[in-house]
Amino acid sequence: MDTQTPSTTTVKHECPGATPPRRAFFRWLTGLLGATATGLLTLPILGYFFARRTRPAMWVEMGALADFPLGETRTINFDNPLRQPWDGMTSLTGVHVRYQGQGDDGKEQFLVLAANCAHLGCPVSWFPQSGLFMCPCHGGVYYETGERASGPPPRGLFHCVWRVKDGKLEIEAPHYPTLHDTLTGSLES
Amino acid sequence: MYQLLLKLGQWIDARAGVSATLWPMMRHPVPRSIDGPMGWWYVFGSASMTLLLIQILTGIGLSMVYVPSADKAYESLLYLDYEHPWGWFLRALHYYAGSGMVVMLLIHMTQVFLHGAYKYPRELTWVVGVLLLACTMGMFFTGQILRWDTDAYWGLAVGGSMAGRVPVLGPFIVHTLLGGEIIGASSLSRFFALHVFIIPGALLAFLGLHLWLVLRCGISAPPVPGEVVDPATYEKTYHEELKRGVPFFGDALLKDIFFSALAVTIVVIIAAVVGPKGPNEPPDPTLLGANPRPEWPFLWLFGLLSLSPPAIETFIMLVFPVLVLGALFLVPFVSNRGERAPSRRPVAVLLVIVIYTTLGVLTYEGVQAPWSPVMNAWSGDPVPIDLLDGRSPLELQGAAVFQFKNCRNCHALDGIGGRRGPDLTTIGASLTRDQLITQISNGTPGGGNMPAYGKQMSPAEMDATVAFLVSLRPNGQVPAGSVEDSPIEGTTPQPESLTE
Repeated sequence: MDTQTPSTTTVKHECPGATPPRRAFFRWLTGLLGATATGLLTLPILGYFFARRTRPAMWVEMGALADFPLGETRTINFDNPLRQPWDGMTSLTGVHVRYQGQGDDGKEQFLVLAANCAHLGCPVSWFPQSGLFMCPCHGGVYYETGERASGPPPRGLFHCVWRVKDGKLEIEAPHYPTLHDTLTGSLES
Repeated sequence: MYQLLLKLGQWIDARAGVSATLWPMMRHPVPRSIDGPMGWWYVFGSASMTLLLIQILTGIGLSMVYVPSADKAYESLLYLDYEHPWGWFLRALHYYAGSGMVVMLLIHMTQVFLHGAYKYPRELTWVVGVLLLACTMGMFFTGQILRWDTDAYWGLAVGGSMAGRVPVLGPFIVHTLLGGEIIGASSLSRFFALHVFIIPGALLAFLGLHLWLVLRCGISAPPVPGEVVDPATYEKTYHEELKRGVPFFGDALLKDIFFSALAVTIVVIIAAVVGPKGPNEPPDPTLLGANPRPEWPFLWLFGLLSLSPPAIETFIMLVFPVLVLGALFLVPFVSNRGERAPSRRPVAVLLVIVIYTTLGVLTYEGVQAPWSPVMNAWSGDPVPIDLLDGRSPLELQGAAVFQFKNCRNCHALDGIGGRRGPDLTTIGASLTRDQLITQISNGTPGGGNMPAYGKQMSPAEMDATVAFLVSLRPNGQVPAGSVEDSPIEGTTPQPESLTE
């Protein structure tokens, strides 16, 4: 092969000056087409993997107002409408609801707390005897208002968005709440 | 017939060049001393690989029956455990061979570290090995999620909450990890893809590179004190040594085969005797009393996190793992020359001892988890009868309040109950009535571990509880604070106004 190499280079007709325009154009075209193909491929795939599906807010009925006695905490379990049809029991969600009476404006006041501990998301339990929420994982404790009482949580329990409609308490279907993605992000900011 | 097969084999070999390329690789020489007793140090890497083969085999088998769908996964696991022929055994083997793989990797890595085998020219081999360890840990975590039970659900919740602490990008990462807004079917599918395609793909690619590097850089000779690694002369010395070497495909391989066979036998026996792990309770998030625990390779991290003050928790969750991985990557670049023998590298030996002691202690703490309240202790653990004997009505009332207010969830009496707070069996001997009232009312100052019970108890309840606690003293011991009238001999009695 080595002996043939000089002959092939001599056969090749060198253009005077730089690369011939046709070849340069072809090189440029290949680069452009390659970039287009990469872009066409990448954008939808990135979208598939990382984009968020947007849906209008969904409301879940918690029960009639009469179901919530003044100053008592009720744990309500419901099927989260944010579910996939094949979620099975994992879409079951619990929240702690407390009726706080009527506010100064005469409107009903509720406190709806997510069951997920603000520390690392474990399920807190309500203890009516001591009026405390306790977390089984690392011992986070909260008062009945959801405020942090003790332990490692960096904040109080997450509040759900609620409304009263046709004499019934409804909450906005809660996603899995985390420190920088609370359930009332739009209200707090 | 035999002649025909032989000819077919020769034809394939001629076209594919198997014997021309692979045979010299298999026969490549290794240092002669590996043929001796020192060769037993070199068996752990191949044992990890053998167990990986079992993982691939059992994993493929399990994937033929397991349903990676949130509404059916749990049932398919029960079906595997109780109905499918040998399903229980495959699940058990997949778990214990995986555990064995982690153990073998750690021993392999420790041996390479202690023998200085990561030094010049094998730095990259070490780095790829660290990536293999990371992949294996990733397999362990994602594998636990596929065991779609309570632990899996809450493990995912805890993982999500940790990832959610990342500034700015947190919500995006959580959403990508969970595949949606809640933990459910999409999350399980994501972790199935991770466990079956993404991480194994990376793992096999890194393994190929690791083996290629082992072939290319050669197996390090057992360390000899005084024989230092010098990049300028190492290659020449090593090649001189190889000239006197023995072929790998021979007695050196025999030790690997022996040990791998032993490891497989042990793993199979453990799997058959102990049986499959879980699943425990179904993944119903509304089931109370969940107490998720990570798998054993992560228990040390669980312990470390729980024992660290909340202020540095986020650092330990997000930065510390990166630092550990970074430190492991840097090992061969910090010291890539010099002595290799452990007897001449006291710092390396000390490091290994310190690291394993720390991991051991933290794992022990992770198993004990004294920081977790016992959620049903207040109703499930009665007050020991000795602590009620001969008490006044008020003190007995206090014992009832103590139970009813869930104090037992964190405070043990006579060793029974939660261990998050101190055991209160003899608290009356160390805290006075006033100190107890302050402690109960305000909790731990500065937002520590005890909540303030001031508003959670009526004055009468407080009175009774404190009376009961003051009565908790070893036999014959006076209450705390009642000896202040008798000054210790040789000290100047202080004026009454100062002692109060």
